[in-house]
Amino acid sequence: MQDEGVLTCLVQGEEQEIERRFGISRREFLKFCAGLAGTLGLPAGAEAAVAQAIESAKRPSVIWLHFQECTGCSESLLRAEHPTLEKLILDVISLDYHETLMAAAGHQAEKSRKDAMAANKGKYLLVVEGAIPTKEQGIYCKIGGHTALELLKECAADAAAVIAIGSCASWGGMPSTVPSIPGWDTSPTGAAGVSEVLGKTVVTIPGCPPNPYNFLATAVHFLTFGTLPATDKLGRPLFAYGRLIHENCERRAHFDAGRFAMAFGDEGHRKGYCLYKLGCKGPETYANCPTLGFGDVGESNWPVGCGHPCIGCTEKGVGFAKPIHAMAKMLNVAPPLQYPRITEDVGKGVSFASAAALAAIAGAAAGGAAMLARNLGLSHQAAELEKAKEGKAKTQAEA
Amino acid sequence: MNAHAKPAPLGGPLLNAVTFTAGVLIAVMAVIVLVRFFYGLGAVTHLNDGYPWGIWIAVDVVIGSAFACGGFSVAMLVYIFNRSEYHPLVRPALLASLFGYTLAGVAVIVDLGRWWNVWNMFNPWTVNPSSVMFEVAVCISAYIIVMWIEFAPTFFEKFGMTEAKRRLSKIMFLIVALGTLLPMMHQSSLGTLLVVAGEQIHPLWQTPLLPALYLTTAITMGYAVVLFESCLASAAYRRAIETPLLTPLAKVMLGMLIAYLVVRVGDLLWRGAWPRAFAPSLEAIFFWLEMAAFVAPFFLIGSETQRRNPARLFLAGVALMLAGSLLRLNGFLIGYQTVIGAETAGVNYHYFPSLTELLVTVGMFAVEVLGYVIITRRFPVLPREAAHA
Repeated sequence: MQDEGVLTCLVQGEEQEIERRFGISRREFLKFCAGLAGTLGLPAGAEAAVAQAIESAKRPSVIWLHFQECTGCSESLLRAEHPTLEKLILDVISLDYHETLMAAAGHQAEKSRKDAMAANKGKYLLVVEGAIPTKEQGIYCKIGGHTALELLKECAADAAAVIAIGSCASWGGMPSTVPSIPGWDTSPTGAAGVSEVLGKTVVTIPGCPPNPYNFLATAVHFLTFGTLPATDKLGRPLFAYGRLIHENCERRAHFDAGRFAMAFGDEGHRKGYCLYKLGCKGPETYANCPTLGFGDVGESNWPVGCGHPCIGCTEKGVGFAKPIHAMAKMLNVAPPLQYPRITEDVGKGVSFASAAALAAIAGAAAGGAAMLARNLGLSHQAAELEKAKEGKAKTQAEA
Repeated sequence: MNAHAKPAPLGGPLLNAVTFTAGVLIAVMAVIVLVRFFYGLGAVTHLNDGYPWGIWIAVDVVIGSAFACGGFSVAMLVYIFNRSEYHPLVRPALLASLFGYTLAGVAVIVDLGRWWNVWNMFNPWTVNPSSVMFEVAVCISAYIIVMWIEFAPTFFEKFGMTEAKRRLSKIMFLIVALGTLLPMMHQSSLGTLLVVAGEQIHPLWQTPLLPALYLTTAITMGYAVVLFESCLASAAYRRAIETPLLTPLAKVMLGMLIAYLVVRVGDLLWRGAWPRAFAPSLEAIFFWLEMAAFVAPFFLIGSETQRRNPARLFLAGVALMLAGSLLRLNGFLIGYQTVIGAETAGVNYHYFPSLTELLVTVGMFAVEVLGYVIITRRFPVLPREAAHA
């Protein structure tokens, strides 16, 4: 039914245009749009708006900056197993500057960035991948003679919106890790996130690497509605980072039942038990990893799914900060009280107080009963004696 | 029945050493029960997965309600077997039963983990009529109400409500019949509770005959409690003892006891559980204690002369109360292993009542003593003493 709804907004000619442009069937295209709308948590029917926005020729200009990073975020977008994902990405947006993907080099590359910025002033989307070194005026990362600090500030000034992709751009990520050397309180390069450098909150898609769909859905939201999706106070879109991994984890039932893998390869680990005791950070990490398959190869393709504890890569202060096998802090979801405890109480033996109390009660009862029996016996004896006397007196009187 | 002396209030002070002590014990219990309702069972009891039923169930409810069988045992004798000579014993026995049962009902609520769900038991849409527990719960609740109605004439007499008493007496036969039927149903069902527990119950106490065993011991314990209570009341209130009534009652009790022992021993032999009594175990020790207490009355009041001695009647009553209590304690606590194979799995469950658990149980019995003293002193329960001859 929904397909038909979308169908009405796609005229015959446009259908062929989509097949030509994206190299996929209309059905595949609509499935993609519906998937994105679903990822965003949009109501039924929204895929029509998404489809309409995507199939319009007006693609937003995107400038993609790379700083201190490994390009894993770009790689995860491009190397997704889904055969058409990268094609869609590149056709949904007009990627005018991307150091890894662009054909231009040197001054030519710099020129294309300047041109795109001038042509789409105030309308282009700035995506930042990688942390920005801030120590020594940012000399640790330079492109075309400009430091990362200068480049970011220059490009952000006229951008319609800024998206920080990956943990590095979100808060500094792995490059911001403070060495465990006494006296150090920052990373060697002073690596910082985009919002820290710009002094304002930007949309962040943390993850190492983040799920490509989370980025794509954010970009498409911008494309469809002209705004960025609602975010939490760290700038993470709520549609993807609104819930703890622990809340939707496929191994959650094991946690609630107290079944844990205690070591890699042990019985519990092989049976797929909860990885909490191996240091899984799911209970303190906000992300949609358990609900949105990574890389389109099935639902087990995420750390917890393949048996490794979550390292908390989307959470500042957890990922790259806490030791991987350190136990996570339970943020807000503890198992209900009526569920079995992890270690059941086997009970206490006799305590001195209770044994003494029981002995005192038994003693008092026995003593009381004995005294009562004695008194009853004495009065009975007296009564019998009395009776005997009376009997004797009677017989004597009769005699 | 009009030939008997009419019941009359004893009078006398309500505040004395006994009532004061009982009051203090009740206050202590109230505090512990309050803690239990705010912080849960774990805060005050030593209950665990291996021992989900502690003394609050085994003693307060199961033994407590068996102690409270005096009322129905005597009523059965008087009204069903038409032995009206025992009528003076009915009211005091009924009073003890009234408190015993009401407190057993209260004790269940205290022990229920999710007590706020208890109302479901009385809601026809949420009950499970196939449940033994449901049968016990409904019978006990119904019996508590029936017993208060059965005892109501005492209050009517006190407050001069002759019209109400007259009206009630018209349907009293029905109430008395219910008051006999209901306790027979749930006292036997308390045995059924263990039957459905299957192999969790030690073979010395697990038999399909448990309902019959629990019922017969409940009735004999009822007579034992009457012996106990009559002796205690006469000693405490310095009244003449009702020996002419107690002597034949004790004989009835012994008769029932013989029937019980034949069934009990026969069952053990027939099922082949007998050797377990000779295995060196806590269960075996408690089994022999139980059997010794059941046999003791024959040595104490075996002959007619012995049965005329109130001291011996009292001791026999105590022995039989102890015996019935041990049968229940053994079934519900000592011979009850909820986690089969826990030992082989390396888990050893322990249970010994905590001080707070003991104090609550003591407090429950203190309520009975206090209630008995207040009601016998202010309401017409015990037969009026003949003017000193």
